[in-house]
Amino acid sequence: MRLIKTKTSIDFLSPTRRKVALAISALLVIASLVSLATRGLEFGIDFTGGILLEVGYEQPADLEQIRGKLSDAGFEDAQVQLFGRETDVLVRLPPQPEQSAATVRQRLQSTLESAGQKIDLRRVESVSAQVGSELAERGALAMVVALLLIFVYVMVRFQWKFSAGAVAALAHDAIVTVGFFSIFRFPFDLTVVAAVLAVIGYSLNDTVVAFDRIRENFLSLRGVSAEEAMNTSINEMLARTLITGLTTLLVLVALLVLGGESIAPFSIALIVGIIVGTYSSIYTASATALVLNVNPQDLIEPIKNPELIDDLP
Amino acid sequence: MNKYPSWLNALVLAILLAGCLFALPNIYGSVDAVQIADNGGAEYDEAKLDEFVRVVENAGIAPEAAYLQDGRVVIRFDKTEDQEIAGERLKAAYERDANVATTLAPRLPEWIRKLGLNPMSLGLDLRGGVYVLLEVDMATAIDSRMKGYEQDFDDRLRDARIRHRVDLADQLLSIRLTSPEDAEAARTIIERTDPDLLIGDGPDDKSLTVRMSEAQIKERQDFAIEQNLTTLRNRVNQLGVAEPLVQRQGVDRIVVQLPGVQDPNQLKRILTATATLEFRLVDMSGDEPGSRRYPGRGDESSQVLKRQVIASGDQIIDARTGSDQGQPIVSITLDSAAGERMLQTTMDNLNKPMSTVFIESRRETVMRNGVEEQRTVKTEEVINTATIRGVFKNRFQISGLTPAEAYDLALLLRAGALAAPVYTIDERTIGPSLGQDNIDRGFNAIKIGFLAVIVFMAVYYRAFGLIANVALLSNLVFIVAMLSILGASLTLPGIAGIVLTVGMAVDANVLIFERIREELAAGAQPQGAINAGYEKALSSITDANVTTLIAAVVLFAIGTGPVKGFAITLLLGIITSMFTAIVGTRAIVNVLFGGRKLQSLPV
Repeated sequence: MRLIKTKTSIDFLSPTRRKVALAISALLVIASLVSLATRGLEFGIDFTGGILLEVGYEQPADLEQIRGKLSDAGFEDAQVQLFGRETDVLVRLPPQPEQSAATVRQRLQSTLESAGQKIDLRRVESVSAQVGSELAERGALAMVVALLLIFVYVMVRFQWKFSAGAVAALAHDAIVTVGFFSIFRFPFDLTVVAAVLAVIGYSLNDTVVAFDRIRENFLSLRGVSAEEAMNTSINEMLARTLITGLTTLLVLVALLVLGGESIAPFSIALIVGIIVGTYSSIYTASATALVLNVNPQDLIEPIKNPELIDDLP
Repeated sequence: MNKYPSWLNALVLAILLAGCLFALPNIYGSVDAVQIADNGGAEYDEAKLDEFVRVVENAGIAPEAAYLQDGRVVIRFDKTEDQEIAGERLKAAYERDANVATTLAPRLPEWIRKLGLNPMSLGLDLRGGVYVLLEVDMATAIDSRMKGYEQDFDDRLRDARIRHRVDLADQLLSIRLTSPEDAEAARTIIERTDPDLLIGDGPDDKSLTVRMSEAQIKERQDFAIEQNLTTLRNRVNQLGVAEPLVQRQGVDRIVVQLPGVQDPNQLKRILTATATLEFRLVDMSGDEPGSRRYPGRGDESSQVLKRQVIASGDQIIDARTGSDQGQPIVSITLDSAAGERMLQTTMDNLNKPMSTVFIESRRETVMRNGVEEQRTVKTEEVINTATIRGVFKNRFQISGLTPAEAYDLALLLRAGALAAPVYTIDERTIGPSLGQDNIDRGFNAIKIGFLAVIVFMAVYYRAFGLIANVALLSNLVFIVAMLSILGASLTLPGIAGIVLTVGMAVDANVLIFERIREELAAGAQPQGAINAGYEKALSSITDANVTTLIAAVVLFAIGTGPVKGFAITLLLGIITSMFTAIVGTRAIVNVLFGGRKLQSLPV
């Protein structure tokens, strides 16, 4: 079976298409950055600190009634929402400095129980704001360190222009994925950080595979321009790029639909990231390398001073 | 062409079989059990095992299996009611010496147990339980050490008959003396006591300042953490939780994970409690140097107590609750040094009163200049004052507490005191129903996702797709086997990591098969196409996997909690998928197609 015919010759990197791709990428990145700057992220309690309760009811829960009860008990700032099912409710509170977590949780539990229904307290998390900011710092640190090491690896295996292309594509994917969470107000927790890092890994995988073919073609196809060689490479890899993306998406969609509410943000981040990552490994990575004027000579090892060897006795 | 030497085929097969063997313990599920561990940490032997089994059998219950594991006794039951009854009987019989915990044990057949194989453990998010992150109050650890120095120098200077005043503020001791000569003498005494201390000049030549060096502070902090770890482990053991985890994290944090515990309130009270006791004589004249008034708790009257401590909590080696005429009491056993001192004190002070002081630290958040600030509040209250009626040594009783306080105090005194107070900064409780729900949904998602990929590969790449599917399945087996061998726990993000690995493991095979198709389209012969496909795809696969590996390693090294759980399975998955997708599929392809004349390839 074939998804696409064996030999495609789509001109991915023609100057007009490159401009369109660049415009799309720029638009996505700018929209993400603007949203991040103005709206920020819907940080989960992993980062902000606070108290979270997941409660299971026997009958479908009446959110208005629960909100009323909580507000009467002095928790005006409690956020109440359904969590995946009609009977599951998530209650979130900002950090409560005046009271210990144990007291708050007992008051919350008794308040919810007084709503008349039997409840099953499935999960209680209370995180201090201090731990939250530390986690955010470590997440950002992990991202930067990973990008740096990847830059160095690609530089050693290929050349710095490729490194620049790869890191541009990765930064693009990371920014757009995080931006997506900001624009659509999806909850951003620690698992999303893990997902964004996995996206970086995946997109990198894709980019490196494309670069590998470009290197091969740079060395074997003599007398063609860098742009043509890159185009050929991308076309040759098209079937593989799409199939791998598709199989990974298959698994992730299963995870999103069946995996339950707690890993939904994780699945969404990966799905967005893999779609963006597939696009970026075709366009952003190669286009950046082209902008930097990459050419076959960059990959040929220079011969080191032949005269010097001649001079030796 | 395309033949692996037979030793390589045998090796691939052997590795696959080993993977299956190590993954095998995971298919048996778990069963209700009781786990018994010695309080003192001693290892049990066969005789002790028989003894426990007899207690259970005397209750009319037949255990499903009973065996020794790592010096602990595990007794498994078919029914939950049996487990509960047996647990109660054992607790009643061995409460003093052993920690009896009801738990779940893997239902492993004897031969697997004999091989020492274990299933992978499940993280708290999958099995339910309590996670608490504690922070050790280092400032208080340093303060208490400085207080020790304060009292020590005070004593030594008095013994040397040097007139002085010692003050402690902000971890700095200021010593005022009456002449420069005395200052020199005091300096010598302090240097002799502890040459590592940093001694500075005070505001004039009749005073000195003393503080701890960086190395001493570091040493003190390490000591505080290590001591707290030991104490917390003891306390957790006293609670009777199976498979607890108490671990240092970073400079000043301690992680406590208790699977199966559902009420974190008692747990936190016990973990963070600093309650301890001190015994002091009442200062009858009321004006001895160093004496101070202690408030009484409840109806107890306040007392002026002498500075010298006869015995304190860290010298108590055993403490048991009981009751005396309906009043809760705690029976105390002191170590020999404190016992001697108690003997001497009671002999010298017959018919004089002695007080028991109950000391507790709490963390409070206060607002200062609009900024939240954490402050440690220490309460010291007299809970009991009694006249010494007779001479006693290392065993005696105290009263003046509520039953709950007496129970907690006895437990805390047995487990040892914390070297520095700890505070909860992060706490998560996962109910067992959510745990089960997470497992069911997670595994369901994996199953369906997996099935979709397998169907797709078989349709798209036909026979080669089926070969890739075999590799995928064995990859899953290897990940489970590695998790079991390493004793790493599987968490929810870990399951997500496995799902991602499945997607990426396919990639290596897609790369190879697409390459083979390209070679065939370019007119290569089938055998040549197989060879070239594998050879040429190798560099792409390696580069791609190494870069992802870098990301996984960084995640593992820097990440915490869920991020780490994700990184472990991703890391293992990348490594095992390299083997299954490249070597594994090649071995099958070689066996099926190698060395034969082929017209076409089912790819």
